[in-house]
Amino acid sequence: MKVLSDAKVGSSAEIACVQCSDPALRVRLMELGLVRGTRVEVLRKAPLGDPLIVRIRGYELSLRRIEAQAIEVSAEGSK
Amino acid sequence: MSASKLLLVGNPNSGKTTLFNALAGMRARTGNYPGITVEKRSASLEHQGKALELIDLPGTYSLTPNSPDEEVAERELRNCPEANVLVVVDATAISRGLYLLTDVARPGRKITVALTMADEAKRRGIEISAQALSETLNVPVRAVDARDREAARALLRDLENAAEVTLDLDYPGLVTKLARDADVPESEAARAVMGAAHPESIEERLGDSLAKRALALAPEELAAAQEAVACARYACTEALKSAATSAPPKATNDTRTEAIDRVLLHPILGLLVFALVMGLLFEGLFSGADPFIELIEGAVGSAQSLVRTMMGESVLRDLITDGVIAGVGNVVVFVPQIAMLFLAIAFLEDSGYLARVAFLIDRVMRGIGLQGGAFVPMLSGFACAVPAVMGTRTIASEKDRLVTMLALPLTSCSARLPVYVLIIAVVFAGESRVLGIFSMGAVVLFSMYMLSVLGALGAAAIMRRTILKGPTPPFVMELPPYRMPTLGALLRITWSKVKGFLIDAGSVILALSIVLWALLTYPVHEESVAHYAAQREGVTDAAELEAIDQAQRAALLEHSAAGSLGKAIEPIIEPLGMDWRIGVGIVGSFAAREVLVSTLGIVFGSGEADEESESLREQLSSATRADGSQLMTPLSGLALLIFFVFACQCMSTLAAVKRETQSWKWPLFMFGYMTVLAYVSALLVYQVGGMMGFT
Ligand SMILES: Nc1nc2c(ncn2[C@@H]2O[C@H](COP(=O)(O)OP(=O)(O)OP(=O)(O)O)[C@@H](O)[C@H]2O)c(=O)[nH]1
Ligand SMILES: [Mg+2]
Repeated sequence: MKVLSDAKVGSSAEIACVQCSDPALRVRLMELGLVRGTRVEVLRKAPLGDPLIVRIRGYELSLRRIEAQAIEVSAEGSK
Repeated sequence: MSASKLLLVGNPNSGKTTLFNALAGMRARTGNYPGITVEKRSASLEHQGKALELIDLPGTYSLTPNSPDEEVAERELRNCPEANVLVVVDATAISRGLYLLTDVARPGRKITVALTMADEAKRRGIEISAQALSETLNVPVRAVDARDREAARALLRDLENAAEVTLDLDYPGLVTKLARDADVPESEAARAVMGAAHPESIEERLGDSLAKRALALAPEELAAAQEAVACARYACTEALKSAATSAPPKATNDTRTEAIDRVLLHPILGLLVFALVMGLLFEGLFSGADPFIELIEGAVGSAQSLVRTMMGESVLRDLITDGVIAGVGNVVVFVPQIAMLFLAIAFLEDSGYLARVAFLIDRVMRGIGLQGGAFVPMLSGFACAVPAVMGTRTIASEKDRLVTMLALPLTSCSARLPVYVLIIAVVFAGESRVLGIFSMGAVVLFSMYMLSVLGALGAAAIMRRTILKGPTPPFVMELPPYRMPTLGALLRITWSKVKGFLIDAGSVILALSIVLWALLTYPVHEESVAHYAAQREGVTDAAELEAIDQAQRAALLEHSAAGSLGKAIEPIIEPLGMDWRIGVGIVGSFAAREVLVSTLGIVFGSGEADEESESLREQLSSATRADGSQLMTPLSGLALLIFFVFACQCMSTLAAVKRETQSWKWPLFMFGYMTVLAYVSALLVYQVGGMMGFT
């Protein structure tokens, strides 16, 4: 399964599941709208490739690679 | 009957405080950055003849709080079950805003909804019908531009129709079962399931019995239920959103923000812009304020001469001119620079750039063991450490918060600026330019700020690896769109900072100036007086008399109480290139840094009673040591600057840290490590610099 951190800048994908080991972070990511079936678009990465900015549910969210690695995605498409 | 309450609850950066200000005519701080408000704030107003207590709260994404500021909002909601709630939803991020509504809704809770950022939604082509949303939710919903007072007022009229929301929520079986077993509403059971992610505080939030049941669930079962709850709530909010959107879905991205970010967050260009912005800021700060400073210096001088001509020669007159006017004047002189710094920071914050800075800097912060968001309290430490210490409430983990709090007073607050500017003006005046554009002074000033940032980051990194070890916190932050700051808001923020500074100058500094003046004047050393009186005998040459006066003043100062104190610590600070007069200043500055300037004004200016007092800068640059060598050389100036970069000389900051940590341990630790750091660094600079042949 692909994870969000592997998605290319400019591509979008659908969230399959959030697998963080930290339950508090996992709940927070879901509360921010990163739940199964949500479309995410990778907008850009910071100069050193980390963190990244994604768009979900009409707003922009910044998260680190390591957090994005815990988010499994499927059905990638380039916009 | 007590006033009814109205709580403003919403996501961070959704416009709650803007609404609060519009409704109550207040001037609470707003800013285009999530997490500006970190404590509750209330205002009383009258609405239709009845008293209403309006309460602004920190923003939160849900009622499962992740950080101390979110806890404030959750606690207030819990403690006021009867209060009306105005749920503030950013119309451009409506699903996420309504998610919070699904969490806030509970039997008996009366709710109205404000859809803020209506103007932005319109610009982006987001068409949400408040009417339709209101019909589905069965509560009043109104789209507003929160900055518009009239529109905001209408929200109060909606209160009459406040009601429980009707939500079509399909919670998973586990929640239904939990609700039945614990005999609580489903919404409460759902909160317990989500809240189990924070077991440390769940009992307080949800009560023993429900908390126990939720925590007793098997981990996999719980995880699945949490996902199901989040999915159910988002399914509900997305349904609400599409029911309220008439037009077919189309791209409603913020094209303006995207275009700006293509430049400002460009991997190379972005960093260049960042460096350029900072460079210009400091150049402006250093050169741009000059005319204003001269204006103020002139006014202070005239005030002094005015008092001198109006009053006969007396101790009181000296106290007023040399103690009060000089003391306060020497500090007020820095208002132009402080105002410019705040104006610039407010602009960066309100435009949305500051959130990008957190994004750009996160990688560096991670190396330290913190996250990008911790950079912003540090950055606001440039204004003043006290609100910055409170600003750390947005940081989720307790240890990260402590590290940030303990390190951030190293960032150069505005109280240091007067000290920097004075010393730099004295020792790095010259016309020499660096790279042909930046003046030497601006470069040194910039270096001091960079040094303070490095110091703060370095201290954080060390604490993170020693006394406050822990895992690196996650960095998950919403990036607000770029917004055009309004001039009014910028000026308000700037004025409130300047006012704070002036109140300090008017009270603490005034009081301390008087005390210092007395310490510098008394006890009068009678022997010296007699000695110089004898010398004057028979001398008629004006220049010679003047020289005797000068020597007498110096002798009296040296024997005064403050002089003795300065002398007592001279051996300690001598290796740093300072003499006892600077020592007096340093002792005074432990109450508050900007006191240094007024103290030096008194120390170096005292006795100047009958002449047009030359500016403090000139006095300092011509001051000499006992052996006749110049006191303020570039090297000794640098050592003094560096001492001030690192030293913890602020009672208010220590008090704030005490308040936030509930113990004296951390403020004392902070004071200790900063003082040692300051002393050792200044010592190294002066001694090593001296060995290398610098002066
Ligand atoms: N265009 C527009 N801007 C708004 C509106 N409401 C608020 N703003 C701006 O949005 C930013 C955030 O507003 P705040 O009132 O500080 O938001 P808040 O909800 O109190 O945020 P926190 O205290 O961080 O939770 C500020 O820059 C406001 O000027 C609005 O209706 N339209
Ligand atoms: Mg606020």
